[in-house]
Amino acid sequence: MTLSEVVKVDGAMGNFTVTVQQNPRYIDMEKCIACGLCAEKCPKKVPSEFDYGMGNRKAAYILYGQAVPLKYAIDADTCIYFKNGKCKACEKFCPTGAVNFADTAKTVEVNVGAVVLTPGFKPFDPSIFDYYNYQQLPDVVTSLEYERLLSASGPCMGHLVRPSDQTEPKKIAWLQCVGSRGINKCDNGFCSSVCCMYAIKQAIVTKEHTTGDVSQTIFYMDIRSHGKEFEKYYVDAEKKGIRFLRSRPHTFIPGKEGKGVKLEYVDETGNLFTEEFDMMVMSIGLEAPASAKDLAAKLGIELDKYNFAKCSSFDPVQASKDGIYVAGCFQAPKDIPQSVVEASSAAAKASIALAEAKGSLAKTKTYPAEQDVAGQEPKVGVFVCSCGINIAGVVDVKDVAEYAKGLPNVVYVENNMFTCSADTQVLIAEKIKEHGLNRVVIAACTPRTHEPLFKDTLREAGLNEYLVEMANIRNQNSWVHANDPVKATAKAKDQVRMAVAKVSLLTPLEYLSLDVVQQALVIGGGLSGMTAALGLADQGFETVLLEKTERLGGNAWNLNSTWKGEEVVPQVEKMVQKVESHPKITVYKKAELKTCVGSVGNFVSDVSVNGETKVVKYGAAVVCTGGKEYKPTEYLHGQDQRVYTHSEFDALMRKDSAELAKSESVVFIQCVGSREPERPYCSRVCCTHSVESALKLKKLNPNMNIYVLNRDIRTYGVREDLYTEARKQGVIFVRYELEKKPQVSKQGDDLIVEIEDHILHRPLKIKADRLVLASAIIANESKNLVELYKCATNSEGFLTEAHPKLRPVDMSVDGLFLAGLCHYPKPIDEAIAQAQAAVSRAGVILAKSVMPLDSIKSVVTDKCDGCALCVDTCPYFAIKLVSYADEDGREHKRIETDKALCKGCGICMATCPKGGVNVMGFTYNQIKAQIYSALQSA
Amino acid sequence: MVVGGGIAGMQTALDLAESGFYVYLVEKQAGIGGVMAQLDKTFPTNDCAM
Repeated sequence: MTLSEVVKVDGAMGNFTVTVQQNPRYIDMEKCIACGLCAEKCPKKVPSEFDYGMGNRKAAYILYGQAVPLKYAIDADTCIYFKNGKCKACEKFCPTGAVNFADTAKTVEVNVGAVVLTPGFKPFDPSIFDYYNYQQLPDVVTSLEYERLLSASGPCMGHLVRPSDQTEPKKIAWLQCVGSRGINKCDNGFCSSVCCMYAIKQAIVTKEHTTGDVSQTIFYMDIRSHGKEFEKYYVDAEKKGIRFLRSRPHTFIPGKEGKGVKLEYVDETGNLFTEEFDMMVMSIGLEAPASAKDLAAKLGIELDKYNFAKCSSFDPVQASKDGIYVAGCFQAPKDIPQSVVEASSAAAKASIALAEAKGSLAKTKTYPAEQDVAGQEPKVGVFVCSCGINIAGVVDVKDVAEYAKGLPNVVYVENNMFTCSADTQVLIAEKIKEHGLNRVVIAACTPRTHEPLFKDTLREAGLNEYLVEMANIRNQNSWVHANDPVKATAKAKDQVRMAVAKVSLLTPLEYLSLDVVQQALVIGGGLSGMTAALGLADQGFETVLLEKTERLGGNAWNLNSTWKGEEVVPQVEKMVQKVESHPKITVYKKAELKTCVGSVGNFVSDVSVNGETKVVKYGAAVVCTGGKEYKPTEYLHGQDQRVYTHSEFDALMRKDSAELAKSESVVFIQCVGSREPERPYCSRVCCTHSVESALKLKKLNPNMNIYVLNRDIRTYGVREDLYTEARKQGVIFVRYELEKKPQVSKQGDDLIVEIEDHILHRPLKIKADRLVLASAIIANESKNLVELYKCATNSEGFLTEAHPKLRPVDMSVDGLFLAGLCHYPKPIDEAIAQAQAAVSRAGVILAKSVMPLDSIKSVVTDKCDGCALCVDTCPYFAIKLVSYADEDGREHKRIETDKALCKGCGICMATCPKGGVNVMGFTYNQIKAQIYSALQSA
Repeated sequence: MVVGGGIAGMQTALDLAESGFYVYLVEKQAGIGGVMAQLDKTFPTNDCAM
């Protein structure tokens, strides 16, 4: 439902009635084929909101080239017809009569069981800072504007030029924390969490968008690279020559002739500098969306003081009303992986709330019986796509279509404006019947995005879906040969000829599927593991939970409170009780995974439970093997009893806070064991933990002297409030560099910490009653698990996800998911969100009793002699060697493919020296035909 | 119902639909994708955001 807004919400969980206003598009979605003629003919240019006004669109427009749905819209606010009553150019030229000026807003009522709010964020508008002159200086841009300037689909096609004179900037600076971590003028006390990393990314990729030398400077307060692999990215950026300056220039002064900017700033040595830059990028923060208050009022949910949704650490996506969930930046500012995690987490919560209704509205598609093409002569239909002007603007598609008619086996050819449009699917099905086509070639775009659509079209027309072949004359042709239409057309002919040669040899493939064991395994019984087990069981799946110790709860027993101040132990107790009494959860303590066979949907493992072996069958597993605190050997830890790690200090706080209150001075040292060559990552939680502990100490004894020795303070998101509060209460933060670490020594009976003060540049000597080391979080040993599942860890021992941004809880092995500290150090709220996300992702697999598989698999041929070369090269461990007896009873070896594990990549086929293995749909003969055809000339 | 068609909204809608629920995805703009579609590349992999 695009162009739509929620007007009203009534009812309660399980039965909400949501009133949605659908604003008019003025273009009939059913009829629009996205040919782009309406926009081409529309005379009204409007600044494009997608490019933040730096480029233009028309009043008839699509948001961006790859928009979903790919349907145009008319912007009534700027359209000439709506203003003057004249024009209608779009209507005149629209080939399908899709334009409808009489379209009106519609109000619809929708009955739903749960509502998930993901309204995103509002980019901070820096206009209110008069000293940055954002409106006056053309070469001062926001980070989002800069993102568009870099983008290949942006206003300068990815070749960076500065706005004032369209020349390539040679010297660019970024200013961090614009609209974040400041209450001067904007009341945004929080850290936006993402700007440090995006600024570093922009600085690095700038080189790819410019031709000559370019220098990049980032003005910052603290670099917050607290995510997985982020610290390495930051260190690498420094190595690449990006200049990081801990300084805050006050005013952007116009450069010469009003171009560029001049900055005056004081660096860490205390000296004043004046420097000119060709361009200035403001790293703007992420605010709650403008609609947040209104939306919250309509749904009756509570917001925090920054207008982000109020959530508890133990239920991080649950809004303050049942049946309503939040995810992404509406919950608090966060990056893409964390947003994706919460998105799945919200899906899990909604799935659990509506578990009874699951599947009740889902429809199963049915297909007609397939015609038997065996023994039939190939009759090929070729459909050549214009893709609007995407292909036709370069390739002479009519010529290509004409050429295709003369190719062997081709009996029908057609050129379509959009071969992928819904009406073309109907047409293809008609032509298959009319001309008795038994093979189809689509000369269009990439099979990666569009093959599923055409497969479906074939199936609906009664053909096996593997009888289609795509020739990618867009990505591999018109997009890369835009300035040579003649050769591009010739190449398109080659591509079509090759596709026809291959398709003629394609055979129908059997549809494969897998029976799914609708049960789950959770490995690890800490907070993440318990959350995952409860979520899976509440969705109705039988779940086995393995815990290696005698007690559930893990590290959480050692924590006092979350950063929001919620007590941890009572929550853990509640959760343990819930897990142990849940009818669908089997808890095995003192348990260890011993074996694993099978694959997604169908795993079987032996588990040793207190010495006894049990067999567990499961369709999906969630790995939550956790992490632990690094035990430091530095700073006299273990030698002087006044030196503690965080967890040791937390224990002392629980045991004897009265004694602790008597301390006159407490020193915290940050990054102990983190952000060092040996462990080049940030442990994410320690800054917040130290600040939290400092505040608790101040509460015990307001006169206590507290020092936090740090390299950067990384209290990301709304946690920044704690840092602000600590400074207000007189906690002293002293910065140190990796090369100049604090020195701890025993002088007489005194524990002495020495450090060079970063402002005075003089040595400081602090007598500490207690010294707290914010020591790193390290992953628990997972070697055994990695070997059993053939999964992977990064160089620091944290388990690897399938994609760091878009699949942050899926592991590289299908059917396995991860959550908690085994993935990366993280606080309770994020561990729980990730565990809930794993529930949702695993739930997708477990929801159906049968899972369809792709039929492109490797198959052994009679030429295989069991040499096993392919066994070693298969990256998915899908091939094994088996014995068989021939007719005379003699024993031989040959390979066998596990169809659930095989991804059809073809490495086995390329490795085999004797044609002993073939990949269906890409057999030797089919590929050979393609190659021979490529070598012929048109 | 999922309100907002950015990266978070799309992921929620996909997960729910694939788990067997009928989902309404409400977006105020003419197309889904949100801010991520406007980004050039994403770190640390430098993948195309689109």
